[in-house]
Amino acid sequence: MKYELVIGLETHVELNTESKIFCSCGGHSASQEPNDCVCPACSGMPGMLPVMNKHVVELAATAGLLLNCEISRYTTFDKKNYYYPDLPCAYQITQLNHPICTNGLVKLKTSEGERDIRIKQIHMEEDAGKLVHVGKASYVDFNRTSVPLIEIVTQPDFRSAEEVVVYLNKLKTMFRAGGISDCELGTMRCDVNISVRPEGSEEYGVRSEIKNMTSFESIERAIRYEAQRHMDAIEFETEVLVQETRRFDDVTGKTYAMRNKETEADYRYFPDANLMPIIIDDEWFEEIKANMPAAIDEKADEYRAAGISENEIEMIIDNHNVSTLLDAVVEMGCDPKSAVGWILTECAGVLRKNGKLIKDLDISAEKMAAIIKMVDSGDINRMNGRKTLTAVLEEDVDPAAYVKENGFDKKVDTATIEAIMDKVLAENTQALEDFRNGKVKAKQALFGACMRELKGIGDPAVIREMLDKKLG
Amino acid sequence: MKYYAEYLSDAGTIAVDDTLLVKGAQAAAGSRILEGFKPLFSAEAVDRLEAEGYVISGKTHVGEFGLDLVGEFSYYAEKAENLKGAAAEAVADGAAEAALAVDMNGAARRAAAISGVDFLKPTYGTVSRHGIISCAASGEQVGVYAKDAEGVAKIMNVIAGHDEKDGTSLKKEYSFAADEAVSGKRVCIIKELAEKADEEVKAKIAAYAEALKKCGVEVEEVSFDICDAANTTWQILMTAETCNNVSRYDGVKFGYRASGYKNIDELYVKTRTEGFNFLTKSVILYGSDVLSKHRYDDCYGKGLKVRRVVADRFAELIEKYDAALMPATSKMSYEAYDISKAFETVFKESVFTSIANLIGVPALVSGGVQLMGKQFDENVLLSIAGCVEKEGE
Repeated sequence: MKYELVIGLETHVELNTESKIFCSCGGHSASQEPNDCVCPACSGMPGMLPVMNKHVVELAATAGLLLNCEISRYTTFDKKNYYYPDLPCAYQITQLNHPICTNGLVKLKTSEGERDIRIKQIHMEEDAGKLVHVGKASYVDFNRTSVPLIEIVTQPDFRSAEEVVVYLNKLKTMFRAGGISDCELGTMRCDVNISVRPEGSEEYGVRSEIKNMTSFESIERAIRYEAQRHMDAIEFETEVLVQETRRFDDVTGKTYAMRNKETEADYRYFPDANLMPIIIDDEWFEEIKANMPAAIDEKADEYRAAGISENEIEMIIDNHNVSTLLDAVVEMGCDPKSAVGWILTECAGVLRKNGKLIKDLDISAEKMAAIIKMVDSGDINRMNGRKTLTAVLEEDVDPAAYVKENGFDKKVDTATIEAIMDKVLAENTQALEDFRNGKVKAKQALFGACMRELKGIGDPAVIREMLDKKLG
Repeated sequence: MKYYAEYLSDAGTIAVDDTLLVKGAQAAAGSRILEGFKPLFSAEAVDRLEAEGYVISGKTHVGEFGLDLVGEFSYYAEKAENLKGAAAEAVADGAAEAALAVDMNGAARRAAAISGVDFLKPTYGTVSRHGIISCAASGEQVGVYAKDAEGVAKIMNVIAGHDEKDGTSLKKEYSFAADEAVSGKRVCIIKELAEKADEEVKAKIAAYAEALKKCGVEVEEVSFDICDAANTTWQILMTAETCNNVSRYDGVKFGYRASGYKNIDELYVKTRTEGFNFLTKSVILYGSDVLSKHRYDDCYGKGLKVRRVVADRFAELIEKYDAALMPATSKMSYEAYDISKAFETVFKESVFTSIANLIGVPALVSGGVQLMGKQFDENVLLSIAGCVEKEGE
C-alpha cells in the first residue's frame, strides 16, 4: 500500500530584541554568565508586574506580514500554569484566545513543485529558563526566562520531510533578513506533529508529536524514522499506535514516548489581568508596515538588477545588518556594486582580523558612504580607503577627519611623480638592471619603492602607467 | 509593638500592611511560605510617601495573603490578637496617622468598619500595584486607612497617579478632597445588603442615613438583587487568580523551604503543605477547580461575563444617585473561630465588599458603614463622609 505523511509544525523562534518581553533585562544574546540577566520580575519575585515590550509586538506583527497573515488589531495575553523549577512564576505568559497573527500562507519551491503551507497562527510568549544538572545537584539559570518568542503554528499541510526542511530554511532566511531572529541553533526550536494515512484517504491517522528539536538535520531524521514506525505499525501491526508526545534521540536516531496525551497536564489557561489588551491602531500599523523589510524575493531581484552576484545576494539577505547598511549607502548615492565590495570584502576582512563575523558588523551608513565616495571619486586611493575603514571599525574615527589628518587626500602633480620616480630609479640600480635582464618581479619592487616615497598618495593605476612608460 | 510583624522606626507615622513591600523589611503577607523574604525595592505607593517626607513606622500584621476576615489567620500573630485588623487598630489607637493596605477581598474595609476608622479602596487603576504581594490582579487595589476622610484624601494625593511599572495603572491626574459641597446629593441604601446585617449594623445604617439628611443629602432605599451573584463571581475570579499568583511560592527560589525532600516533587509538596495555612490551601483548591478544563466555561469563563453584567447593572442603579450606602460587615465585632470554617465564613461575609473588587468602583468605609460610587467619584464619597464626620462632632 502507498502511504501519505501528514505533518504540522509548531516553530518557536527567539526574537532579536534588546530587552526581555516584560522587563528591561537584556535579551537573548546579552547573557555571558548564568543568571547575569535576571531581575526581580523575571525571577518571579512578588511585587513586580509585567510591562509589555513594544518591540516584541512589532517584530511579531512583521513576522506575520512576511508570512501573509492577518494581523489582529486587538491582541491579549493568557497565563499557562505548570510547575517546573525553570519557570519562576509557575506560569508562562502566552497567547491563547487572541493571538497576534492568524491565517497566513507560505509558498514553497520543492523538488515536487510549488506547495502552499497555511499558517494557522503566530503568537507571542515568554521563554522559560534552563536547568543545569551537575552530578546529583540541579542548578537553575534564569537568563532565558522571559526572552521573547513567537510560535508559528502551521496547518497539517506538509507531506514530506523535504517540505518541512524547505519551509524551515525559508523561515530562517526571512527572519534573519527581517531582523526578527538569528534563527541559530537553540534560538529556533520545532515541535513536529506527524501522522500517516493510506494515500487517497481523507481521515487522519494516529498522531504523534515530536517535541523540541533544534537542528534541521534532526528534524528530518526524526520525521523519516517516525513515518517508518507508523507505516510498519499499520502494515505489519508491529505495534499499536497511540496519540502521544515523543522525543527524538540524536544518538540512536529513534523516537521515544514521553507521555500520553490522555493524561496530559491541564494547563488551566486564563486571561492575564496584569496586561491590558494591546490595540494596534492604524497609525502604529502603518508604522510597522513602513518598517517592514521588502519580501525576500523582491529584494533579491532588486540586487540582481544592480549586477550583484547570487553568492553575494545570499550573504546580504542572510544578514539583516548588511542589507540595512547596503540599502542605506545606496540611498546616499553610492554605487551598489562598489558598496557590496566594500561591505562584504573590505569590512569582512577587518572583522576577520579581529575575530569577528560579518553579522557583527556595526558601522554607521554615513561613515561607510563617506569612505566609498572618497575612493570612487578618486579623492583617496583604495589602499588609503582601506586604512580609513580599519580606523573607523576599530576606533570609530570620523573618516573625513582621519583622511585629512593622514594627508590621504593630498594631490601630487605629474612633475612631482616624475621627479620621485627618477630618484627611485637612480637609487635602485640593481632592481633596474634585474628588470632589464627580464626579471618581471623587479618592476613590482620599483613600483613599491615609488609608492613608499609618495607616502601612499596618488592613484596607483596612474603611477603604474607612468612607471611602465619610463621603463619602456 | 503589637500591631507590627516588623517594626521599623520610632519616627514613623505611616503603617504599611505586610501585603506591600518595604525595601529590606521582611515581606511575608502573613504567610510562612515567604518567611525570610526581603524585597530589593519598595512598593510604588511607599516610595511616593517617602519621597514626600513621610516615614514608615513598620509592617503591620495581615492574615495570610489577605484572604481572611480581618487578619485573624497570620503565621506571625496570635489570632486573638488580631480580630480588628492590625493596621486599622494602629490608626484607631493613634499609633499611626495613616496606613496602606491592599484591598483584595474586603479584609481592609471590614477591619476599618469594626475599628471605627476610614478606609478607601479607590477606583481600580488609581494607585500603582507595583510592589504589592499580588493575589487577585483584576480587582485588588492599594487603599488608605486614616482617622477621617480628610486624612484619607491627604495620603491619596501622594500615592495616586500613573506608574509605568504597572500596566493596569491609568494615565490620569488626580486631586482628592473631602470638603466638596454635598447638599442636594442623593444616596441609595442597598436593601438586599442592609438586610443581611445584624441589628447593631442596621442601626448604624439608619443612624448614618439620618446624619446624611442633616448634610442635605437625600436618602432612599433601593433594590439591587445581584449582590449574591456578584459575590460568588468575585470569589471565583479571586480564588483562580490567587491560586495562580501564589504558585510561584514553591521553595525553589526564596522564602520558606521544607527540609527532607528527595526530589523536586517532594520539595514542592512538603514546602507548600507546611508553608500555606488551611484557608490558602482551600483557595488554591477552589481556584484550580474553576480554572480546570472541564469547569472553565461554567465558572471562570462565565464569571468574566457576569462581571460585565454586574458593572452594567450597577451603572444603571447609580445613574440616579451619587452614591450607594450599605454595610461593610454583618456585625460590629468578630470572635475567634476555627480555620476549618474560614473559607465559608469569609465567602459569606464578603458579600458586602465583593462588588467593589469585582467591578473596580471606589468604596469608602466610614463610621462603620460603607459608601460605594461611580468610577473616579472618590471625592463624592470622601465629601459625603467628611460632612457626616463634621456633623457628628
